[in-house]
Amino acid sequence: MIDVKNLSKSFGKHLVLDNISEHISPGEKVVVIGPSGSGKSTFLRCLNLLEEPSGGSITFDGTVITDPKTDINKIRRQMGMVFQHFNLFPNMTIRKNITLAPVRTGLMKQEEADETALTLLKRVGLEEKENSYPAQLSGGQKQRIAIVRALAMRPKLMLFDEPTSALDPEMVGEVLEVMKELAEEGMTMVVVTHEMGFAREVGTRVLFMDGGKILEQNEPHAFFDAPREERTREFLSKVL
Amino acid sequence: MLQGIGWLDSIGPRLQRAFVEGERWKLYLQGLGVTLELTVVALIFGVLLGLVVAVVRTAHDQQRLGRKNPVLGVLNVLCQIYTTVIRGTPMLVQLYIWTFVIFPSERNKVLVGFIGLGVNSGAYVAEIIRGGLMSVDAGQSEAGRSLGLNYFDTMRFIVIPQAFKNILPSLGNEFITLFKDTSLVQAIGGAEMLYYASTIGGRTFDYMPPLIGIAAMYLVVVILFTWLQGKLERRLRESDRR
Repeated sequence: MIDVKNLSKSFGKHLVLDNISEHISPGEKVVVIGPSGSGKSTFLRCLNLLEEPSGGSITFDGTVITDPKTDINKIRRQMGMVFQHFNLFPNMTIRKNITLAPVRTGLMKQEEADETALTLLKRVGLEEKENSYPAQLSGGQKQRIAIVRALAMRPKLMLFDEPTSALDPEMVGEVLEVMKELAEEGMTMVVVTHEMGFAREVGTRVLFMDGGKILEQNEPHAFFDAPREERTREFLSKVL
Repeated sequence: MLQGIGWLDSIGPRLQRAFVEGERWKLYLQGLGVTLELTVVALIFGVLLGLVVAVVRTAHDQQRLGRKNPVLGVLNVLCQIYTTVIRGTPMLVQLYIWTFVIFPSERNKVLVGFIGLGVNSGAYVAEIIRGGLMSVDAGQSEAGRSLGLNYFDTMRFIVIPQAFKNILPSLGNEFITLFKDTSLVQAIGGAEMLYYASTIGGRTFDYMPPLIGIAAMYLVVVILFTWLQGKLERRLRESDRR
């Protein structure tokens, strides 16, 4: 589904991603972990070109998205993204937050989008918040809405950038629950997170990044029970 | 002492001559009308112009690497020249250039005033709006773009509405500056408030009452506007706490 070849990214002289090649297949739940500054968020943001790669290529469903001629808006419609700080639009109601993109991109008519919004909101138990504004919601509620907003575009793939890092501890569970359900439905997911429990339980593959490289990757049980690299062991001993 | 009383004695007739005789008060109101008209039209013109310039400049700065649009590059340079020249030269000089160099045969000086003030205001408003657009959290436009919205939809529905709240105080300030700067149109012969006050002053050989009079009128309008602006800002802030 996504094919990354020799991806590099530098900010000025600082090399953040160092020649990464990786393949993500449909249905995979790839969990990316690593210390801060390891480049994991930048890697994720390169996948939908929120960061412009400095080198290498990314292919999504056969389209080379790093090609300047590619219409990136069309590609992004098929990739949902959830941010650490939710980034709901504070000037709109929840319903408008969810329906804006499907309607403006011509994916749905307003009525259809409203129905989709309601169905999705019911799924995350927030249908009564339809006419509220983001400022009236808790962090956990905001993040569940942000997931719904991305899902309303019917994406083929979901990218999560530390979705629970800005939440109060008691709200982490409700967001992970939604993500877990999504995973069970077969959604392809790439998740940058510090939630090792989630990585172990939901992930089909764990990537460990450090210094702009993927140092080690494995199926989650093997990864956590028997890490091969010294650096991975050191990291896991600190976070587990 | 006597002289003081004499001054007091004469103030009645002086006010009478400056404001009442020949229904002169109507001229002040007429002048105020033109002044307000100049302000509002120039500000609307300035905001539209400023919005275009600000969006061009912001769009230019936020282009994807390796996808620089040459048309946008040219527009950006034009916009930069415009703001630099307008902000770098005195308003009165600009008004003279519009009147005597660009439109020497135009007899409607208020119309020239609209253009001169509007073009001038646009340069300042552009910078105000650009600052406002940059003040909106980058995560907002990232969220919009990640949903597949294009640049202009993201601006229109997400960034500009939020920027509007942030630029309102500066925009109010620009309105006040512009309102007072309309008095410069007098120098090119536009019949606004100062024009009538100086005419009346010349005719009655007494400048004090008409000038103090219009100064008070400017002041009252500015105080009134500041109050209205405060009310509007409070209301907008309330919507944040919904």
